[in-house]
Amino acid sequence: MAGKPAPIVGVLALQGDFREHIAVLRSLGADARPIRRPEELAEVAGLVIPGGESSVMDKLSRTFGLAQPLKDAIRSGLPVYGTCAGLIMLADRLLDGINGQQTLGGLDIAVRRNAFGSQLDSFETDLEIPVLGDPPLHAVFIRAPVVEEAGASVVPLATLADGRVVAVEQGNLLGTSFHPEMTGDTRFHEHFLRMIAAA
Amino acid sequence: MNDSETTETLGSSRVKRGLAEMLKGGVIMDVVTAAQARIAEDAGAVAVMALERVPADIRSQGGVARMSDPDLIESIIAEVSIPVMAKARIGHFVEAQVLQALKVDYIDESEVLSPADYVNHIDKWPFTVPFVCGATNLGEALRRINEGAAMIRSKGEAGTGDVSEATKHIRTIRSEIAALTAKSHDELYVAAKELQAPYELVLEIARTGKLPVVLFTAGGVATPADAALMMQLGADGVFVGSGVFKSGNPEARAAAIVKATTFFDDPTVIADASRGLGEAMVGINVSDLPAPHRLSERGW
Repeated sequence: MAGKPAPIVGVLALQGDFREHIAVLRSLGADARPIRRPEELAEVAGLVIPGGESSVMDKLSRTFGLAQPLKDAIRSGLPVYGTCAGLIMLADRLLDGINGQQTLGGLDIAVRRNAFGSQLDSFETDLEIPVLGDPPLHAVFIRAPVVEEAGASVVPLATLADGRVVAVEQGNLLGTSFHPEMTGDTRFHEHFLRMIAAA
Repeated sequence: MNDSETTETLGSSRVKRGLAEMLKGGVIMDVVTAAQARIAEDAGAVAVMALERVPADIRSQGGVARMSDPDLIESIIAEVSIPVMAKARIGHFVEAQVLQALKVDYIDESEVLSPADYVNHIDKWPFTVPFVCGATNLGEALRRINEGAAMIRSKGEAGTGDVSEATKHIRTIRSEIAALTAKSHDELYVAAKELQAPYELVLEIARTGKLPVVLFTAGGVATPADAALMMQLGADGVFVGSGVFKSGNPEARAAAIVKATTFFDDPTVIADASRGLGEAMVGINVSDLPAPHRLSERGW
């Protein structure tokens, strides 16, 4: 990477913990920027959709004309990483959404929103993630979604002890049910920056 | 937290504070019925606060204000899939136990209800459910965090539609944080004494320049511009109490406040969001309220 300019990585900044993603990406040398408008999207080499409330991100992205440009960018191969609400936004099929909730799609998966129950069921645990190697990744699940069905081209990256899939990759798209931006373990963001570099 | 732990850990500080992190940039709306909760969710609320009476009605009807009926809270939890918060009285740890048993997502230990204990707040550490607490200044915020609060909201003066107290409280907290960061290390002992806050937290604030938990603002927010004002003053998000459902057109006003909170630094968006909303809640000027009726003076 020496000599190459830092990649411009957008972080969707409509709602949620976008500042945390920006901080992690900047610590890894990326030129991370908040994205709220279609014209800001045009400059990025990759995009993170943060944790937050997926129903609010859906509504605001459609109200402010961002949803269609996002869908077009995903279809044309922009690398996108979604955490929690971001994973929901990237799913082709949504279970337990609010009235009329839509997703951007891209990942050939069905995601169930709030799959674990209320906040009382939010938890932390260690996950073995072969693509990241040792040690296990400490993962924080907050009213988190899970991947219930995945098409043949989707690669599961992590599962819970009960077998439920909580991290996936398909082409240039990456999604996790949990929040690597909250724990100081930067391996998922590094993995995503490598995806951007290879795209 | 043991990093080699392979089982699932519930109710850790990281998980409690983490939900508030996910609410940032959002609007939390007071609702008194399942139908209102539906309107709030459809309008883009990031969470709802389930209660029997909004602060404006508590104010006008008077009497002791308590935790809401469990049936009401359950009907709201059943109606929406965004997080549901509910209020317990200051110091009423049994109301908090009940709310946890009802599986609310957050408890607001709130001065809007009548305090149950004029000395102690709830010890919030033993609970799995996270708590948000009100604060008028940094010392109060740090005392609540020391008791286990996972989120702070500035108090404002609830049920008035007058944003001046909210402005005062968020400005006070932010300027007291800034003042701490400018102090030399040997001045922090006295600073902790003056703030009546634990030294370790004061040291942490002096080093990081921010609270260790999310800071929302509340109390008197009634318009899109009010919400954007709070965001420009440094709030992470806003609570809107009486401001939505005491107005002429709750659906439109709720959606407009959501837009203005995201685009808080764009006057064009705020202007568009402010058009044609009908009447705002009538409101009361805080300066006209006799001191015993000022809710923000409850809690310490």
